[in-house]
Amino acid sequence: MIRPRARRIVGAVVAFGLTALAWEAFARSGSLPPAITPPLEAIAAALAGMIRDGTLFVHVGYTLARIGSGLALAALVGVPLGMLMGRVRSIERFVLPLVSVLSPIPSLAWVPLFILWFGLGNTASVALVFYAALFPLILNTWTGVCAVNRLWIRAAESMGAGSGAIFRHVVLPGALPFVIAGLRQAFARGWIAVVGGEMIAATRWGLGWVIFDSKEFLNTDVMLGSLAVIGLLGLGVERLVFAALERRTVERWGLVQSVRV
Amino acid sequence: MRHIEIVKVGYEYAGAAGAVTALREVTFDVGASEFLCLVGRSGCGKTTLLNLVAGFLPPTHGEIRIGGQAVKGHGLDRGVVFQDFAQLFPWRTAQRNVEFGLEMRGMGAGERAETARRFLRLVDLERFARAYPHELSGGMQQRVAIARALAYNPAVLLMDEPFAALDALTRDEMQRLLVDVWAQTRKTVLYVTHNVAEAVYLADRVIVLSPHPGTVMADVRITLPRPRDPLSLAFLDCQRAIVAHLGGRG
Repeated sequence: MIRPRARRIVGAVVAFGLTALAWEAFARSGSLPPAITPPLEAIAAALAGMIRDGTLFVHVGYTLARIGSGLALAALVGVPLGMLMGRVRSIERFVLPLVSVLSPIPSLAWVPLFILWFGLGNTASVALVFYAALFPLILNTWTGVCAVNRLWIRAAESMGAGSGAIFRHVVLPGALPFVIAGLRQAFARGWIAVVGGEMIAATRWGLGWVIFDSKEFLNTDVMLGSLAVIGLLGLGVERLVFAALERRTVERWGLVQSVRV
Repeated sequence: MRHIEIVKVGYEYAGAAGAVTALREVTFDVGASEFLCLVGRSGCGKTTLLNLVAGFLPPTHGEIRIGGQAVKGHGLDRGVVFQDFAQLFPWRTAQRNVEFGLEMRGMGAGERAETARRFLRLVDLERFARAYPHELSGGMQQRVAIARALAYNPAVLLMDEPFAALDALTRDEMQRLLVDVWAQTRKTVLYVTHNVAEAVYLADRVIVLSPHPGTVMADVRITLPRPRDPLSLAFLDCQRAIVAHLGGRG
């Protein structure tokens, strides 16, 4: 019998292999000019070139730094705000309508304004990530605090915990599954925002910028190569950061079942 | 010696169709180190009464005194064990759960760990000190909850149907263990149950509550020697007497 893990790997290899074959067949079919449908070999060569001259790492570094700082700022603001909303009714009443209206606006719709406000460069991209990441963090944290089992609070009270201790020892860990879910969503939204934002607002570096810049010279191999890097990086962060975080906390505590795709 | 005094206690709450009287004129005492079971049908207000003694709710009438002091809110003189297994903190190991009350008292880490271990040993779970609640069976989780409620040394242990969600065999074991623990710690226990056999097995005294509104219907002393045999005639007689008070066939 094949183990589930091996099966998953086989499945992934087959799916990627077939997709690559289909692309290759399409690229070489001549239905579109070869210049805009580069074969896999050309894409790999473009990536290899970017690795050799080191520019790929600079692009990746800039993109990761932007999403990292945007996400960190959003967590610094969003998590405490969500906690307060869950604990203080008046704050909930004040913040919730604002969040409800601002949250559905796609972050990319703000790009032109952010460029006017923050200029071209890092600030606009970071602000964009911040915007995209903030609302999932606020909403999930708030839900998490509201969903904390009342029995835990009662038990803690009966053992002499004051409101500060209850917050620290019960509400924070109790809400953690939702906060982690919020971080995941925030990263997914932030990742879209940072790449989109860099296309328009960045000036020299970043994976979004390199794609947009390649359009000028019809470097479709670079574009496709960068897209692949964006996909792999997103997956990598999800697996290495968030899945690991869950394994060590909420899965360890039996609060969520492990879900592996 | 009277340890808990419940004096003309009443409790009303706002229901859909106006005020509902859950408890009326409930009066009884619990002696120091006495094991008292509160028995009644569902909805007779026995859990409400326990919550009043725990200080989670204030009584609308009357007064509850523990050791002569009127109850105002929850306090470290009482330990509470609930029915729901989910009462344990899932993010803390068994030992860290037991340490919680000690931590709130500001006890140092070393002494805390040692005390927690001692109480886990009391409920026969020392080997599982490092397990998380979800890794333990329901009976084991309730034992951790008992150790947790005892660890900070409250004089009173309040228990709300702690074994009701367990299977019959585990429940029998837990009852034996609880009697042992009580014999060793000599706490004053107020134990809520709807299971008459359980009450007869555990209690020194059984208070029978009638429903709508909850009032004391009978106060039965159980003098059977321990350990009690649930199949003996004397045991069944006690059971029958209490069932009769509950208004059932018997």
